[in-house]
Amino acid sequence: MQDQEDACRLTGLGRTYGKGVSAHRALDRIDLTIRSNEFFTLLGPSGCGKTTLLRLIGGFDQPTVGEIAIFGRNVAGLPPEDRPVNTVFQTYALFPHLTVAQNVGFALRMLGRPKAEIAATVARMVALVGLEGMEHRRPDQLSGGQKQRVALARALAPGPKILLLDEPLSALDAKLRQRMRSELKALQRETGITFVFVTHDQDEALAMSDRIAVMQGGRVQQLGKPEEIYEAPANRFVADFIGGANLIPARIGAGGAMSEGLGVVPAKGDLGAEVTLAIRPERLAILPAGLQQPGDLGPLRVTERIYMGNELSFRLEGASVPLHVTLPRGGLRGAQDFAPGDSVCLRAEPGAIRVLAS
Amino acid sequence: MKLHRLLLAPSLGTILIFMALPIAITTLYSVLTPAQYGGVIWEPSSEAYIRLLFERDIFDDTLTFNTDYLQILGRSVLQAGVATLLCLFIGLPTAWFIATRPAGQKSLWLMLVTVPYWVNLLVRTIALLLILRDEGPINRALHAIGLTDGPLPLAYNNFAIGLGLVSSFLPFMILPLYAAIERFDFSLLEAAYDLHANRRQAFFEVVLPILRPGLIAGGLLVFIPGIGSYLAPDILGGGKTLMLGNLIGMQFQGSRNWPFGAALSTILMAVTLIALFIIARRAAREDA
Repeated sequence: MQDQEDACRLTGLGRTYGKGVSAHRALDRIDLTIRSNEFFTLLGPSGCGKTTLLRLIGGFDQPTVGEIAIFGRNVAGLPPEDRPVNTVFQTYALFPHLTVAQNVGFALRMLGRPKAEIAATVARMVALVGLEGMEHRRPDQLSGGQKQRVALARALAPGPKILLLDEPLSALDAKLRQRMRSELKALQRETGITFVFVTHDQDEALAMSDRIAVMQGGRVQQLGKPEEIYEAPANRFVADFIGGANLIPARIGAGGAMSEGLGVVPAKGDLGAEVTLAIRPERLAILPAGLQQPGDLGPLRVTERIYMGNELSFRLEGASVPLHVTLPRGGLRGAQDFAPGDSVCLRAEPGAIRVLAS
Repeated sequence: MKLHRLLLAPSLGTILIFMALPIAITTLYSVLTPAQYGGVIWEPSSEAYIRLLFERDIFDDTLTFNTDYLQILGRSVLQAGVATLLCLFIGLPTAWFIATRPAGQKSLWLMLVTVPYWVNLLVRTIALLLILRDEGPINRALHAIGLTDGPLPLAYNNFAIGLGLVSSFLPFMILPLYAAIERFDFSLLEAAYDLHANRRQAFFEVVLPILRPGLIAGGLLVFIPGIGSYLAPDILGGGKTLMLGNLIGMQFQGSRNWPFGAALSTILMAVTLIALFIIARRAAREDA
């Protein structure tokens, strides 16, 4: 990376809608730095503030407090057309009266670039997203995936320093979404442009991002690489939102955490503290109750067996909350299958149990 | 005959009796000879169309080119055109305003647009005359505050006619434009700004082209009745400035030259149809 400058720095950024008692704090004093050449994802459920944040960076909305700097330049009060930022809109927002080529060349035409330059850039962008031969079609003659590519090419054509993507894959079917993921990632590497990607889909976020900011309630809950977010969730919300987790209330005692029905679980913490144990369903092994050793969780009773093709999942009762275990289908080979009513225990992989503040 | 064809009978019958038949009669009368006290003599004649362009000398029957009637036609087109543009400049912001109100308020604003039209057009036109005339409230107010010495000539001229046309036909511009703006996807406007368009560019490159069907519909709905309008020139123009509608009316009333009136009507219809045809052709080509 030749450019170590920060692409976008948000300082104490807040956005409040309405006034007085009905005021809604969509963004609550966000401090965030997006690095240059990074695929950065804002991940969270709807209403978490991720789209508001994107609109503030794009200039479509103004912050109530705080500052936004894009490549070191404060962009307060700068309208969208004057920011070195372009957006891929959720609904694509392609101009229906213009052809593919005219859509892609729109920004350069608005900037008054010479015709030859526009034609060359349009040809390059159309090729980049693989739409050769479609230049003269209108948006209503394109499929969803093709529209998506036009929207991408159109936003990339003026050569933005940052590309904002607002849930761009949500309108596509599952297969196409998979393919566009890899294409987007490849495009980001090829162009070297900083991508800021908004999504509520954790798979998308994990698969594409260099770093993820998990958002909830207008705040960043955790910021980190996909592995960090998944393996070391900072709090209950992140643990539950990303990938799902068994969240078990427990109290730290001598020799481990004590939890109802589970015995003593190997975990560290301040003596007597009320904590939440977070365990990923796929990081547990399921064994007959008879094989239980110290440190295993149980005994528990199987209440449901859910077959899902590539994996097999069990619902267990006997602890203070119902627990879930997921086994890859391969993991069952040689291992014992269980049926509702069976008495079992669970063995956690080393490091699988995370202790979170309640 | 199958039943579903019968379903068309009422509308076909209406069109036949109230549109096709009168048009056929009008066209037919335009090529007949006028009778002395109105009506026609069943004798073919192209005199009506010749009269449009030429003056026949009453002594030696020679034809001299005469632009009097062409001027009236031109003035009608101009008046209607100006009124259409004015309706556009007033109607577009109004329609934009209404279409961007919260959902619950739109119908109220739309109703306010149509409220004046619950009153008969004749009454409204006369009311406008009362406002504009020399002793009307505008001239009195201007005089009272000392801005003018004598009354401004507001009534009985082209200005008054134009004002009359605009006030008569403005809703026909506002309503189709409202429908077009209502359907407009405002994220396109954000996309335009995002892609470095300034406000002017966004308006001319994105908003106007997408609203074009509404603009054309509104324009036609104002222009076509405007070009043949009768009441506004008759009352607000004081009968001094003739427009095509009044000229046609005169042929059937005072002048009793039915074929000439019919010929003028036919020409008006032809001009309108040609304009429509050109617009439709252009629209079809641009959509292709």
